Order: sequence, then C-alpha cells, then structure tokens
Amino acid sequence: MSMRQVFVDTVEDVMRHDPRVAVVIAEISRDVFTPQERLINVGIREQALVSVGSGLALSGMRPVVHTYAPFLVERPFEQIKLDFGHQDVGGVLVSIGGSYDDPVWGRTHQAPGDVALFDTLPGWTVRVPGHPDEVGPIVRDALARDDRIYIRLSLRENESPHPVVEGFTELRRGRQGVVVAVGPMLDKVLEATRDVDVTVLYATTVRPFDAAGLQAAVDRADQADVLLVEPYLEGTSAHLAAEALADVPHRLRSLGVRRDAELRAYGTAEDHDSAHDLDVLGIAAAVRRMFGHPAAAA
Amino acid sequence: MTVTRESGFADIPALFRRMTGDEKHEWAAASTLDVLWVLYDRVLDVSPDRVDDPDRDRFLLSKGHGPMAYYAVLAAKGYLEPSTLDTWTAWDSPLGQHPDRVLVKGVEISSGSLGHGLPIAVGTALGLRLQGRAARTFVLVGDAELDEGSNHEAIALAGRLGLDRLVTVVVDNESGTHGWPGGVAKRFEVEGWQASTVDGRDHDALHEAFTQQHEGPLAVVAKIRKGDW
Repeated sequence: MSMRQVFVDTVEDVMRHDPRVAVVIAEISRDVFTPQERLINVGIREQALVSVGSGLALSGMRPVVHTYAPFLVERPFEQIKLDFGHQDVGGVLVSIGGSYDDPVWGRTHQAPGDVALFDTLPGWTVRVPGHPDEVGPIVRDALARDDRIYIRLSLRENESPHPVVEGFTELRRGRQGVVVAVGPMLDKVLEATRDVDVTVLYATTVRPFDAAGLQAAVDRADQADVLLVEPYLEGTSAHLAAEALADVPHRLRSLGVRRDAELRAYGTAEDHDSAHDLDVLGIAAAVRRMFGHPAAAA
Repeated sequence: MTVTRESGFADIPALFRRMTGDEKHEWAAASTLDVLWVLYDRVLDVSPDRVDDPDRDRFLLSKGHGPMAYYAVLAAKGYLEPSTLDTWTAWDSPLGQHPDRVLVKGVEISSGSLGHGLPIAVGTALGLRLQGRAARTFVLVGDAELDEGSNHEAIALAGRLGLDRLVTVVVDNESGTHGWPGGVAKRFEVEGWQASTVDGRDHDALHEAFTQQHEGPLAVVAKIRKGDW
C-alpha cells in the first residue's frame, strides 16, 4: 500500500471519531478520499486551499491540507507563512510527489526545495516517513496535536519500516563517523555503508532537528565526521548539523538534490537519483571519500 | 485591563487624534470608518468579554493597512484602553501599521498583505458551518485588493459552497489601477453571491445592506468618493 493510501485511510479513520478534523484538497487525490461533508475539494485553487485551511483552524477545527508538493508549498508559500504562522494557528500540511517521484512531468512536479522553504519559517515540525507503515503513526500524532506540521510523503520507500520516534534512531554503530539518512534514503545509505565502520542514524522527524542525538553519536565515534543524506535539496539540514556541532571541530558533508542545475530530463526517479549521485553508487563514493574505505586504505 | 466606558461615534475624532495628532480631516477621510462603526455598533454579535466565544460573529479586516479607523472603533467599543492609541506603532505598542491578532484583543486575523482575508474568511465560514454554529463571518476588503488572484479563488469557491453566513464588504474608493468594468458587485454576482452597492458613508444604508435577507454569500459594496468629507 502506498504512503498516500495509508495517509488517506488513517485520516478517514480518525475523522470517524474526531469531528475537529477536516480535509482540504485541490483536485489531487480526490479519487482516493471517500466523499463526505468534511472533505472539501476547492478545485484548482492552491492559494485558497491553504487559506481555507487557516480559516478552518481559526474556527476551531484541525485542518489537513493536501496536494502535490509544489502546489502545496511553493505556489502558496505566502499563505503558509501568513495564514498559519503569522495567525499563530495550527494545521497539518501533507504533500505527495517528493523531489521527483514521477519525473516524466518535468520541473513543474518537482519540489526538492520544500523543506528548505519551511526552514525560513519558525514553529513547523517536518516529518519525512521512509515507509508506508510509518505514515499511520505520524499522521495520527499530527492530528491529535494543535501545532503546525508538514508531512512529506513519497513513492520512494525503504524495504521495511522502523518504529516512529521523535529523534534519530541509531541503526548501526561504528567508529569512523556518522551518517544521517532521512526517510526514503535509508536503504541506499545502509547499502552504501555496508563495509564501512560508521554509525547510521535514521530520521523521520527532521524539524525539530535532533541535535542531541547527533551530538551523542558523534561523541561515540573516533572522528567528528558527519555525512547528511537527504531526499530533498542538498544541505537542507546542514545549518542545523553545523549548529549542533558548533563546539566540536568537525567535518560535514551533505548529499541531496543538487542545487546548481535544473535537470531538463525526464526518465525515471532512479535516473534522477543517479544524476544527483543519490543512488547507491553515488552515496558509496561520497562515503569512501569521507570515511576512507578498506580498499582505498590498503 | 478593564475598559468600563463605551463611547459613541462622536468620540471617534478624538480617538483618531490620539494616533494622528491634530490633523483635522484624517478621521473623516478614513474610507473604512463608517463601515466599521455600523458593523461594531449595530450588526456584529460580539463584545470584548466574549472574544473567545465560539458562537461570536467574526469580523476579519483583510484591508489591514491604514488601521487607525479599526483601532479607534475597537477603542470606542471597549476592546482597547484609549490610552493605548497614544503610543501606536512604538516598539512596545500592540498596535502596528498592520493589526496583529496575537497582540490585540478582539482582532480576528493579522492582516496587511493583500488577498488573504477573504480566503481565510471562506475557511472560517466553512468551519463554523461544519460545526453547526450560527455565527456569521464578515470580511472587509478594498476594491484594489480584489486585484489579487487569491480573492478570485475565494469568491468563486464561496459562491459554489453556498456560504450563506459569509458577508464580504468591499470598500470601493476606486483605487484599483485597471478597475472593474460594470462595477465590483457584478464580479460577485456572476459567482453566485447576492450583492448590493450602497453609499459607504450612509449608516442606515449600510445597516440595511448588511442585514438584508439573502441566499448564498452576500457582498456589500460600500462606495466612497475620494475627498468626500
């Protein structure tokens, strides 16, 4: 089952007993939701989509605002900034499409900058599940709260789920440094670091950033070397990792969607992974450069 | 802070002067003043002691710039201690050139950036309806503010959703650079709103327009002639 289907099923289940919850969509996913009074399809009106969500919150409801990532975050960005943040009301924004889930549509349907945009606004929690089974607990938790949450769903997913926690989960412990894998990047990171003696941390909550978790992992390693591997814009969390390690002489390297070029190419998500060096080969090469490799050291 | 004395419309010039100094015409020139007064004095079911009552009417000032008239009316109606007006826009004053709902009691939305209030009002009216509340939602926009595309999204949506407890007041002083052929009211009517156009200085006409029987959402275009004081 896809992350989107789990999201919809979970929201509909919660709506059965929580009358506060209402969903606002803009055509996208309209056939996945079951029609009901508290499902509002505003048509292709993405600015109104976000503002209507704000108005619902101001009236005392818990809005879920959902569409494809660029139309949810980039087009109505001022609505997110003012109608949720500046009004000081809460809401749950849920995107699909990720950075390039379906590249045949080209640039219009790619939003690698979404989390970086949320970083310009205070008070948002950002969650990036890496497996459909992680989506249910994340959505339930978000609906039960009152604050501002962005949930980034994707077609890209790991083989198996991990328990959903607030901070980073240590999946492997090593001596040479720390690799942080966000959401759907985990399997590729585990494969790319298989023969390397590093700690691997898994993150589904990226904001707030688990500074204490990163510090503790770095303390346990021989070197303060950190590699961030994120499914969105390269270096999105670099400022927070640097801040977490401000008192430790450290090296920090970031992998993610490249910032220096708009790739005018279609193909598959895997094609784009390799163009951004986000496939196993690319990540492994970065790991070797940073942490050394038994073969390279010999 | 408890505010005991409620003022009348005749006190408005004095309240205005606390913000603008001795300028004689400033208060009379404020295009929103009469609309705000009629709403707070005769139409809205609100009061300073029930700003969190879920069943209160909502008034959303979308046209957040030039908020002196709003602050003066809020002070006259007991939401603000009049002395607060004396230091408006200072560092530690709650009163800025754009109102902030977090800082001022009774202010429903923080506004100033154009094109936000009307779509938020659509969501608020929708939320109140979903919760079975009879409260009405009023939103005040300017005619030039209607240039923003987000307002056109909201106007179409509100008409289609049949939000009959939503009232948009357009203060029309013909500020829009490219104008609205056929008048502002027409833009609402084609989207399923009931609309009327009245003299924005005529308190009885405004009151009648705000309280008229209507089906679907209601738009009241309050015409203000520039220099008309």
